[in-house]
Amino acid sequence: MVLKAFFPTCCASADSGLLVGRWVPEQNSAVVLAVVHFPFIPIQVKELLAQVQKVSQVHVAVLGTWCHRQQEPKESLGHFLEGLGAIFSHDPWLQLCRERGTRFWSCKAYHQVSTTPDKSIEDQVMLIFYDQRKVLLSWLHPPTVLPDCQAGDTTASAGGLADIFDTVARSEVLFQNNQFDEGPVRLSHWQSEGVEASILVELTKQASGPVCLLLASLLSLLSAVSACRLWKLWPLSFIRRKLSTCEQLQHRLKHLSLIFSTQKAQSPTQLMKKANMLVSVLIDVALGLLLLSWLHNNNRIGQLANALVPVADRVAEELQHLLQWLMGAPAGLKMNRALDQVLGRFFLYHIHLWISYIHLMSPFIEHILWHVGLSACLGMTVALSILSDIIALLTFHIYCFYVYGARLYCLKIYGLSSLWRLFRGKKWNVLRQRVDSCSYDLDQLFIGTLLFTILVFLLPTTALYYLVFTLLRLLVVTVQGMIHLLVDLINSLPLYSLGLRLCRPYRLADKPPAL
Amino acid sequence: MEDERSFLDICGGPLTLRRRYYSSYCREFGLSSARLSLRSVTAVTCTVWLVAYGLFTLFENSMILSSAIFITILGLLGYLHFVKIDQETLLIIDSLGIQMTSSYASGKESTTFIEMDKVKDVIVNEAIYMSTKPRLDCLIEVYRSCQEILARQKATSASP
Repeated sequence: MVLKAFFPTCCASADSGLLVGRWVPEQNSAVVLAVVHFPFIPIQVKELLAQVQKVSQVHVAVLGTWCHRQQEPKESLGHFLEGLGAIFSHDPWLQLCRERGTRFWSCKAYHQVSTTPDKSIEDQVMLIFYDQRKVLLSWLHPPTVLPDCQAGDTTASAGGLADIFDTVARSEVLFQNNQFDEGPVRLSHWQSEGVEASILVELTKQASGPVCLLLASLLSLLSAVSACRLWKLWPLSFIRRKLSTCEQLQHRLKHLSLIFSTQKAQSPTQLMKKANMLVSVLIDVALGLLLLSWLHNNNRIGQLANALVPVADRVAEELQHLLQWLMGAPAGLKMNRALDQVLGRFFLYHIHLWISYIHLMSPFIEHILWHVGLSACLGMTVALSILSDIIALLTFHIYCFYVYGARLYCLKIYGLSSLWRLFRGKKWNVLRQRVDSCSYDLDQLFIGTLLFTILVFLLPTTALYYLVFTLLRLLVVTVQGMIHLLVDLINSLPLYSLGLRLCRPYRLADKPPAL
Repeated sequence: MEDERSFLDICGGPLTLRRRYYSSYCREFGLSSARLSLRSVTAVTCTVWLVAYGLFTLFENSMILSSAIFITILGLLGYLHFVKIDQETLLIIDSLGIQMTSSYASGKESTTFIEMDKVKDVIVNEAIYMSTKPRLDCLIEVYRSCQEILARQKATSASP
């Protein structure tokens, strides 16, 4: 079989030396990790390799020689390189050679044959270049714990190329010494010009420790306050359940405590989740501050407050018109006059109460709005939740009407179904949960039939009121629903992953599922 | 060794299959389709602009003309970048894998690599997946060469 040699692109221009890496016998491939330059002392090279092997659990060894020479081959160098094969024995022994300035490469691999120890057969070599930097930056290597489900398959080749990448990734400790270290051995690899890192990232890593600690303690205090028994008392717990602002605040508190928890992320997925949450919180706060600045510009709050009361008045007026229409002959239907008048007057009185309430509140509205607008600095989602709650409070009368209409309708339908059964001579058996026949007395039948007729003829009126108020309530619910959808979108959109996909797509590569 | 042959695709346009035989375990097949013809580009542009001019005389709104120009430019760019395939290459290396590259007219290249462990067999399927849509005779050539390499690979992996 052909011998595959994986060679890093950064070493193609390095000076002559020894090839250091790992031999994978199952795939007949040699993964070259670095080049050790002359001069070196063999003992020190062996020590370094043993050290690396201990730390990274990767079986690194000297795989062969690398020769980057001028065009006239030097005899002495050739003999010297062959002599090295005797010191660092490895089977097979690679000899890669490149002429400086040309594209001429020569790759040879020598196998020792056990029967004739003096002779060695030459193999064919396939040279594969790989970019060490890209392999290490994109997390293509599998996680340290492989799933045990593929026990039946050839676990040796369960890696394949993933095994190669895993080797490169796990020998990171080999890439830590660069040319500026005063070590006994001079190596050449992708970080030999200096370890790649960013000052900002390192500074944030150093600063994040104490900052996380401080914020985590603050957040735990807040969570403790919010979880205390006081909130479980009846009025407060009811308000808390109904208001979406409290829910959103709690949600955000949970997110923040996850982000600033002092535990490090266990796996790339957790890290991605944390990063997504952090980006979402930051974007939220940025949008909220934008909203705040827009609101406080040009005294928009005052304008809003001044516009609010007339709008509420207008809504109430429209509702009154609607009720007058219902009390007349809506859409040509003939309603029962008495019931119509009762229901209509009842609802009109409600609206009147509501209007007085709004007018009572009107001097305070501007202050309330101003303070509520301040809460936008906690995030756009909080501001949107508050808006949704304000809408719910302002349309409370529509909710009340819907509840009354629904209750009436429900009662009527209940009564109708029960009396219909009586009409046919049947009865609902609660014990057996089924309809049984029953013999009624004559007066029972008489009254039952009368009531049945009354309810049937009053049905159109109640049904119409129910329909109208349900539609109104649906409208309000739709508006609130859209606001909540927007809030959820901001909460859960994984902007960090999206940004990573656009800017650094190789970071999102993942181990493909086993076939 | 290099080898070139001409074939036809399912629409009747000319295709060129270029076979490179690097060694006994490494082969490359390149399929290049015809370039974008000036005639078709001119025809499409003229039609779009005539329609836009007709709408302009109907509605007297100059936005129609500028939007027609935008649509033409964006459509041409999108077509070159996403639709028009210049060349497709299949590189097969024994014991490493199969790599398929599609290069579009705008220079974009999209690559798919399949490891040899995951390749059970190469077959000619009913539906044509290559975007240059070659005919059966071309596919048979590629299929035969791939089978040679796979058979060789199976023989070497079967013997210890």
